[in-house]
Amino acid sequence: MIRRRSLYAALVFAALALLAPALPPYPLTLLTQALIFGILAMSLDVLLGYTGLPSLGQAAYFGAAAYAVALLATERQVGLVGCAVAGIALATVTAAVFGVIAIRATGTYFLMITLALGMVVWGLAFRWVSLTKGDNGVSGVPRPELGALDLTPPLPFFYFALVVAALAWTLLGLLVISPFGLGLKGIRGSESRMQALGYNVWLHKYVAFVLSGTFAGVAGVLWAYYNGFVGPTDVQLVTSVEALLMVALGGPGTLVGPAIGAGLIVFLKNFVSVYTKRWLLILGAVYIGVILFAPQGIVGAMRGRRR
Amino acid sequence: MAHRLLARVALVLVAAALVAPAPAAAQTGPIKIGLLSPLSGGASAIGKDMLNGAELYLDEIGRQVAGRKIELIVEDTEGVTATALTKARKLVDQDRVAILTGALLASTGYALHPFVDAAKIPATYPVMSSDDLTQRKPAKWVVRTGWNSSQAVHPFGEWVAKKLKYKKIVTVGFDYAFGWETVGGFQRTFEESGGQIIQKIWTPLNTTDFSPFIAQIRRDADAVFVVFFGRGSLQFVKQYSDSGLKAKIALLGNGTTTDESVLPQMGDEALGVYTALHYSAALDNPQNVKFAKAFEAKAGKVPSYYAETNYTNARWIVEAIKAINGKVEDREAFLAALKKVELKEFPRGPVVIDRWGNPIQNVYIRKVERVGGKLQNTVILTYPQVSQFWRYNPEEFLKAPLYTRDYPPCKFC
Repeated sequence: MIRRRSLYAALVFAALALLAPALPPYPLTLLTQALIFGILAMSLDVLLGYTGLPSLGQAAYFGAAAYAVALLATERQVGLVGCAVAGIALATVTAAVFGVIAIRATGTYFLMITLALGMVVWGLAFRWVSLTKGDNGVSGVPRPELGALDLTPPLPFFYFALVVAALAWTLLGLLVISPFGLGLKGIRGSESRMQALGYNVWLHKYVAFVLSGTFAGVAGVLWAYYNGFVGPTDVQLVTSVEALLMVALGGPGTLVGPAIGAGLIVFLKNFVSVYTKRWLLILGAVYIGVILFAPQGIVGAMRGRRR
Repeated sequence: MAHRLLARVALVLVAAALVAPAPAAAQTGPIKIGLLSPLSGGASAIGKDMLNGAELYLDEIGRQVAGRKIELIVEDTEGVTATALTKARKLVDQDRVAILTGALLASTGYALHPFVDAAKIPATYPVMSSDDLTQRKPAKWVVRTGWNSSQAVHPFGEWVAKKLKYKKIVTVGFDYAFGWETVGGFQRTFEESGGQIIQKIWTPLNTTDFSPFIAQIRRDADAVFVVFFGRGSLQFVKQYSDSGLKAKIALLGNGTTTDESVLPQMGDEALGVYTALHYSAALDNPQNVKFAKAFEAKAGKVPSYYAETNYTNARWIVEAIKAINGKVEDREAFLAALKKVELKEFPRGPVVIDRWGNPIQNVYIRKVERVGGKLQNTVILTYPQVSQFWRYNPEEFLKAPLYTRDYPPCKFC
């Protein structure tokens, strides 16, 4: 089952890799964007889908990493490896600190605390002008070089994002089928039973929270390079909510679902808006449709039907 | 189960690749102009004026130049830098526009120029007034057809100190590049003429309630100088008047604060406010009278500076296309032509481009008055041919840092 799923996923990644050179630059950049948000949505799925913790602050780690990369790359001319390490480390540390505060809560309270913590990061991005340049944002982040390979053109950068996304998918996939991941699923099912069985529930949740932040940081690193600009909009609530919607749309607890949800939202946002100024209305209709007809998300509904 | 799903994903991807448009045929097809405009959000009134201004000129020439059709492709930026970047990418990569233009925020200007320079796509900035793009960090592929942030407030600061004889002024402005550069320019000339800035207050771009900021204003000030636009202007001027402060401490603003994009929605609260800008709908020259009449017929309202600058910008682009006989595919030649456009008769007055790519143009000191039942920016003084460097020596001016939140420092705070 799992082996077959990985095989097909590998095929999809291979298909994407083969297809890419034939694509015009714009769909290619959108596909890159979809991959980046796919990583963000998958990182959130570890929390929401597998552990049952709905976080409204995922943009904080995404944004912290993006700011770290943008500032180091523009002001200190740090290369790809240094920026990536710093970005992911900052996201992880942020998540490690926030986790201590947030993990004690569950349900709506968890939602509210992660929301508040996310707003703290947004506030810093917005008001700590001497560091973050405030509303101006940090612009002119150059695309990096990977050894001798220049990642500036859309195609190499797409491959770079594809490899990182495949890696992230593999690692997260291994995580959720590991005993640790099964423990998380158990916590989602019944926290008290897991406690009675002798599991350290707090530690499981905390580690999941920090790892989720780490992978959100990976997405943030890619985003800073992809967009060349990082501003307060990247860490604001809307970005967190969008990540949550991607997971809900694709199917929480499926890993591949949130990635598909991310792709769907990126394409809806950018393609539908070409044809109508009312694209938000269409996006809204899609959400309502999914909630009414596929409350488990697109992938969830497909798996459910075949059961 | 999963494989079917994945197979479907692959299918969708292939389909997406097939429907994606092939590169447009060069030379014979229409010339595409990509316009970024904040058509939704807090600056949507500005966005509509920008679009109407550009369309007005293109319609006047029948959307045709040098034997080729002109196609205007409009994208909504929501007044957000990140969205503007995404849409710019779409216009260049998907629509393959020959030229990129429009957009609102000075901060967007800074974020967009690395993309423009990397894509080597000719771009004009009719609105984005980011000082440094024609000063310390000149952008090769950007031609400014509008103005820069501190241009109009340099003369204004001196005028306020010498003519209005205000000694102590508090500044309140949007907390980003445009606010910083405008307040900085005003502070420099105002203080050099003997005035004192005694407090600087910064408000976030998305502020909707200004009362906490108004409450902070020092009551020993002679006047308040504000930098706002769009919804922020409407809200601040109203709340300032409602607070009762306007009767005690005079209100001064940069040009966009009482710009005609918001003036028709204002009431008596705006009366008597002095501002400075390189345009006013009330300008009495033949070009502007003709333009204002045509614009009112199209849009049903008086033209704002945003409308004028996009009208002028469209004309500018068309003149450049004429000069190269419609061969916009030669981007270097197109860019060179854009930089060489020489037109004397604009609604805003005569314009010459300086060595750094910024217009030298008239700056008008304006006062909001009610004429024939409607508010207008009455021009009370014209500073002819003001450069971005004012009366300073350009080389020395460029040695000083860019105006920011903390520069010039607030010596009298």
